Amino acid sequence: MTNSRRSVRTDTRVILICSGKGGVGKTTLTANLGISLARQGLSTAVLDADFGLRNLDLLLGLENRIVYTAQEVLEEECRLDQALVKHKQESNLSLLPAGNPRMLDWLKPDDMQRIVDMLKEQFNYVLIDCPAGVEDGFKNAMSASQEAIVVTNPEVSAVRDADRVIGLLNTNAIKPVQLVLNRVRPKMMANQEMLSIDDVTDILALPLLGLVLEDEQVIVSTNRGEPLTLNSVNSPAAKCYLNIAKRLQGEDIPLIDPAEESSGIGAKFRRLMQTKIF
Amino acid sequence: MAMTLRDIINKLLRRQPASASTARERLQLVLAHDRSDLSSELLDQMRKEILEVVAKYVEIDVDEGAVSLETEDRMTALVANLPIKRTMTGQIKLKEPKDQSEENPQGAEGTDQNS
Repeated sequence: MTNSRRSVRTDTRVILICSGKGGVGKTTLTANLGISLARQGLSTAVLDADFGLRNLDLLLGLENRIVYTAQEVLEEECRLDQALVKHKQESNLSLLPAGNPRMLDWLKPDDMQRIVDMLKEQFNYVLIDCPAGVEDGFKNAMSASQEAIVVTNPEVSAVRDADRVIGLLNTNAIKPVQLVLNRVRPKMMANQEMLSIDDVTDILALPLLGLVLEDEQVIVSTNRGEPLTLNSVNSPAAKCYLNIAKRLQGEDIPLIDPAEESSGIGAKFRRLMQTKIF
Repeated sequence: MAMTLRDIINKLLRRQPASASTARERLQLVLAHDRSDLSSELLDQMRKEILEVVAKYVEIDVDEGAVSLETEDRMTALVANLPIKRTMTGQIKLKEPKDQSEENPQGAEGTDQNS
């Protein structure tokens, strides 16, 4: 572009949120992390890189306020601040959709890099909500990222796909790469009918940034277009998201122990049954 | 492999083991293959060729031999476990001997070799 290059902030963190498999909770994590960071007073942009099937606008309740996308910014049909959609309650948070579903393959790694460079000028955090899969959409989003959060569920298919993604992140020198284990069901884990936290972190060999407990409130909040972290700090998942945001900022917050989440004599028994003998 | 109190009780009652351990084992196997990017046909072909090469030097137990992929901490290793029946001391003809044709490689007899 012919724009004069302004100085790019060097302290901006550009974080790719990816998973490989669809439906594991990337977009929900992006929305809640965005809100949590913004509430800590950090200016945050969330970039929906999944322009074919975009959903971040819906989770943030901003679907009716999108006028332009990154595409119009790159084609100089509008300015960046015209395309950025500021969140209603949380003014530190802005959404930028990468494109609209009608345009299918205009985006190239260079385009992604240019739009992220522009965002770096005015935000502390840029969170990129990555499309599912390991094809071009993922590679575009990865090309503009410095670090990554891999989201997975304690299920074989999600872990397998996460492993593919981690391999690609490693070969592209993205680091650090941290893990978020989503949709944890403490009771099933205690009964050993679900992969444990250690199982998943051992297999994927990634540091755990946090885990998120399964929580029906996530669906309720999605219905309303108000991420959990916006209001209800009492929901289990909301606490987890807030903790992840704090750890991202370098705070030392201990992990929730899923075994502690269920209490009473039943839980004590389940813990006894988990005792390793050999 | 780690065993928990629940696993032991399940075993005693002849119940199916809890599914998490099955998930873990299946994942470890499938990931070893994913990471090496080798299909099972390619692995099979490689196994045959390795056995052919080794069989030139030592007599191995083909039925007991195993070539597999094992993975730990994102590092994948090709592990070959080939029980040796006997070494072919004195029978090996080195190609292009260069005046040292009588110096045959000596191997420990009848022991397993891991690589």
